[in-house]
Amino acid sequence: MLRVEDLHKSFDDFKAVNGAHLTVESGQLVAVIGPNGAGKTTLFNLITGQLQPGRGRILLNDEDISKLPPHVICRKGIARSFQIANVFPRLSVFRNVQVSVLSQQKLSNKLFRPASQIAIEETGRILESVGLVDKKMDLAGSLSHGDKRILEIAIALGNEPELLILDEPTAGMSPDETATTMALIQRLAADQGLTILFCEHDMEVVFGTAQSIMVMQQGGTIVQGDPQTVRHNTEVQEAYLGDE
Amino acid sequence: MFGEMIRQKSFGVSLAVFLVLLLAPSFLPRFYIYLLAVIFVTALLAMSLNLCVGHGMLFQFHHGVFYGVGAYTAGLLLAKTSIPWWMAFVAGPLAAAFAGLLIGLFCIRLNKLYFGMLQISLGSLIWAIAFRWYGLTGGDDGIHGIPIPDFIASTTGSYYFVLIVLGICLFLMYLILKSPFGSTLQAIRDNPERCAAVGIHVRHHQLKTIVIATFFGGVAGVLFVVVEGSIFPDLLFWVLSLEIFIMCLLGGWFTFAGPILGAAIIVSLRTFVGTYTEYWTLILGVILILLIFFLPEGIMGYNYRQLFRSRTKYAHDSQME
Repeated sequence: MLRVEDLHKSFDDFKAVNGAHLTVESGQLVAVIGPNGAGKTTLFNLITGQLQPGRGRILLNDEDISKLPPHVICRKGIARSFQIANVFPRLSVFRNVQVSVLSQQKLSNKLFRPASQIAIEETGRILESVGLVDKKMDLAGSLSHGDKRILEIAIALGNEPELLILDEPTAGMSPDETATTMALIQRLAADQGLTILFCEHDMEVVFGTAQSIMVMQQGGTIVQGDPQTVRHNTEVQEAYLGDE
Repeated sequence: MFGEMIRQKSFGVSLAVFLVLLLAPSFLPRFYIYLLAVIFVTALLAMSLNLCVGHGMLFQFHHGVFYGVGAYTAGLLLAKTSIPWWMAFVAGPLAAAFAGLLIGLFCIRLNKLYFGMLQISLGSLIWAIAFRWYGLTGGDDGIHGIPIPDFIASTTGSYYFVLIVLGICLFLMYLILKSPFGSTLQAIRDNPERCAAVGIHVRHHQLKTIVIATFFGGVAGVLFVVVEGSIFPDLLFWVLSLEIFIMCLLGGWFTFAGPILGAAIIVSLRTFVGTYTEYWTLILGVILILLIFFLPEGIMGYNYRQLFRSRTKYAHDSQME
């Protein structure tokens, strides 16, 4: 479904992404791991168009999307969450999700119909599926950190994506919240048949959930494969897992 | 469709205020009726600016230009051609919206302050045209004694006309802000990057907002001609733009009706202070300084909290329905 080929991105002299390769098959739960600064977030920003690659190709269903702006990439079926909780702080939780549902239904430009009567069911269903229904009238800015991260995922779901990209979905969460969030992600993948690409630096989390793991170091891909392959790859062991 | 609106308490209050204003000419002296009409015109102008500033976080620094374009278009058509008055009245807002589109196309590529700076430069060009082109615009004298249709030529007639048009415009703006378009605009204000990532073409949406706002600015311009019967280049001067910007900040730019309050305060002050001193802009400067010093983060900080409280409350209200 998604193929990243030999991707490069430099900021001045710093090579943030330097030869990244990635394959995501439909229906898979794929993880990208790597130490801080390995280029995981930059890679995601390149895929969803926040950044333009210097070299290389990003293919979504065989179409090159590497030069497209974010809103077009979103319309092609890729939705994402951000590493830093990126919600609409002055809008209610409900409105936060509704904005993306409206965008998905191409209703964002409706001028004279009250938004309070449009896309109510869809938005409600999404809030239900992530467990934020009780807080739907709270302002997004007043949520706890964990809830904001969940809301991020809910906003992304509003776009009915084929591929959902989550940038460190559990960053900054307590162990309990982490477990809940990972369970949610697995449930979404199973129930809705979503293809999910996420990055993470908690090893336990990744090896317990992902079907395919891509390991990055210094901007480049070391290896991609199933958890067993990755665990036994000598290069990965040296570079990242240590010598346990 | 209007059920939710009518159930709100603020709707009842607005209706009561509107009724009192309808009756005002029967008990207020003529000067105050005139003053109220000026406040209404300015309030509409500030409200139109606030669509950009408060709800869209677009720093439309030179919004007065579109007020001027609306006024000049209607005024020139009335004074120099024989087309029916209503066509001149419609042409004003359309010309303003067109100017908004043109200037917006350039400015929208820039962010925040740079957007505002370019706007001031391009707007000043239009001011220069009005100021210099004596043959057409009468230059710095402007044009006075513009023929206004009889039924709205009197103080009371123009008062009612302005009041009714203001009412319609406020109603439309309210609908727009509550619509998907308005929700999306407020989402862009809060977080443009996230909006792009949910498939919204941020710049297009902002440009549409500018066109809508400048249209309403043009309506205010036409109303000015109705009230004053004249046009002059000060309408497009940056000082006026600054004044209406301050009205938005003063009244509360994240609120719906805040700019109306701001306009009422500033216009009243200008009128009454203006009788004692010529240095009105000095007073305006002092107000600005007080705003910055005594309401930290501008008046915004205060209104931000207010907003949080009222939004949550409103949210609970609609939950109960």
